[in-house]
Amino acid sequence: MNSPSDELIEGANGGIQPGRYYGRGVPYLPIDGYPGKLIAIEGTDGVGRSTQILLLREWLEVKGYGVIETGWTRSPLMQPTIELAKASNTLNKLTFVLLYATDFADRLEKEIIPALKAGFVVLSDRYIFTALARAGVRGTDRQWLRNLYGFAIAPHLVFYLKTDVETLIGRVLASRGMDFWESGMDLKLGDDIYDSFRAYQNKLLREYNSMAEEFHFRNIDARKPVEVIQDELRRQVAAFLEA
Amino acid sequence: MLNNLMQPHEYPGKLFVVEGIDGSGKTTQLGLLAKWLVAEGHRVFVTEWNSSALVKAATKTGKKKNALTPMTFSLLHATDFADRLLYKIIPPLKAGMIVLADRYAYTAFARDVTRGVDRQWVRELYSFAVRPDLALYFRVPIDVSLDRLTARRVKLKFYEAGMDMGWSANPTESFRLFQGSVLEEYDRLVDEFGLQVVDASASITAQQRVVRERVAPLLTPQAERIHEQPVG
Repeated sequence: MNSPSDELIEGANGGIQPGRYYGRGVPYLPIDGYPGKLIAIEGTDGVGRSTQILLLREWLEVKGYGVIETGWTRSPLMQPTIELAKASNTLNKLTFVLLYATDFADRLEKEIIPALKAGFVVLSDRYIFTALARAGVRGTDRQWLRNLYGFAIAPHLVFYLKTDVETLIGRVLASRGMDFWESGMDLKLGDDIYDSFRAYQNKLLREYNSMAEEFHFRNIDARKPVEVIQDELRRQVAAFLEA
Repeated sequence: MLNNLMQPHEYPGKLFVVEGIDGSGKTTQLGLLAKWLVAEGHRVFVTEWNSSALVKAATKTGKKKNALTPMTFSLLHATDFADRLLYKIIPPLKAGMIVLADRYAYTAFARDVTRGVDRQWVRELYSFAVRPDLALYFRVPIDVSLDRLTARRVKLKFYEAGMDMGWSANPTESFRLFQGSVLEEYDRLVDEFGLQVVDASASITAQQRVVRERVAPLLTPQAERIHEQPVG
């Protein structure tokens, strides 16, 4: 379908405005001028996002900011359905993408937007980039995906915890092990889970890297010690909030 | 950019769609069309809006708690549609069958926009849909549809009556306001997507005659017979 290109999410420097909808937003929810701030922490599985968010929240609250956390697939509406679908392996890639988008819409309307309206700092553990990366490596049309997520709000800050696949393998094995979905076993990239994990995560990393410029990622080297990463996050968040 | 809904599909089968508000009589007409096609020796598969098992559970939870917003309502139905398209619609089309769909993406275009979802966004959302070979829109005045539903003593459904919009606490009045607005959206779709209008206030038999006249030229005998090869 042809549509005016100025309404689409455009490529690098394509006029993304933090705190506004990326594209065709939710017409019945005008969000302009809401005082809250949206900060997204992105990165693949096992990169240490939750630890960093925990520390960041603590620090922000000590400084007197109200903080609300939101995550990927945590909406009460969709969580049971997504878990069911994952377990039964009946999802094809298109329904997978749409279920996640539904879940995100639910959280956006019921958690994120009200929190921004009330002046909270919203820390998002993963954001739409996770969905774009996962669907992108599975061959879903990239422009369609960007139009779909046109109702998402562009975060004020996007931190991308960047790592390499070797580091990732070490961390995942040392913690909970490789699982079916994290290893992209549905893509049939390799016969065993290790080969599949490596190939899949490599593809994911490439996909994230390709989005860095488009969505104004702030890259953070996730291979550094936890405290070093946290200091960097705090420095950048403080610079933004106190500006 | 996906563009499927705007260009003809290349499957050997045929996809015929009926559209219209509740009480337009489209389901009755689809049933009669199916009878005729089967009697003529065609292989027919019927599919309904909102019938996939995967999302039924979530929709139910959402509806019960009145927890669906216009956006999640829209996205859930798109998920359901995607599931049905890939498992129920495309395979029979590939097999050269006739697929009859009771409501299609146009239902979403009309209803979701009435609920306040962006008109262009929902069109882009459904751009993966297969373009029907024929889409019949059963146009009916709101009073006729309400009379039909009342005569059947059908209790107006919460979302069908647009009760979630809070426009009126009275289901009948809410239905009139909501579906009245849905009718206006349907009218936009007629030109945009080439829907063929059927006057749904005419008698059932008269309407069915029109339906069969429109369908007949699209039936390619070889499309069905090509698969009728001897077994073994």
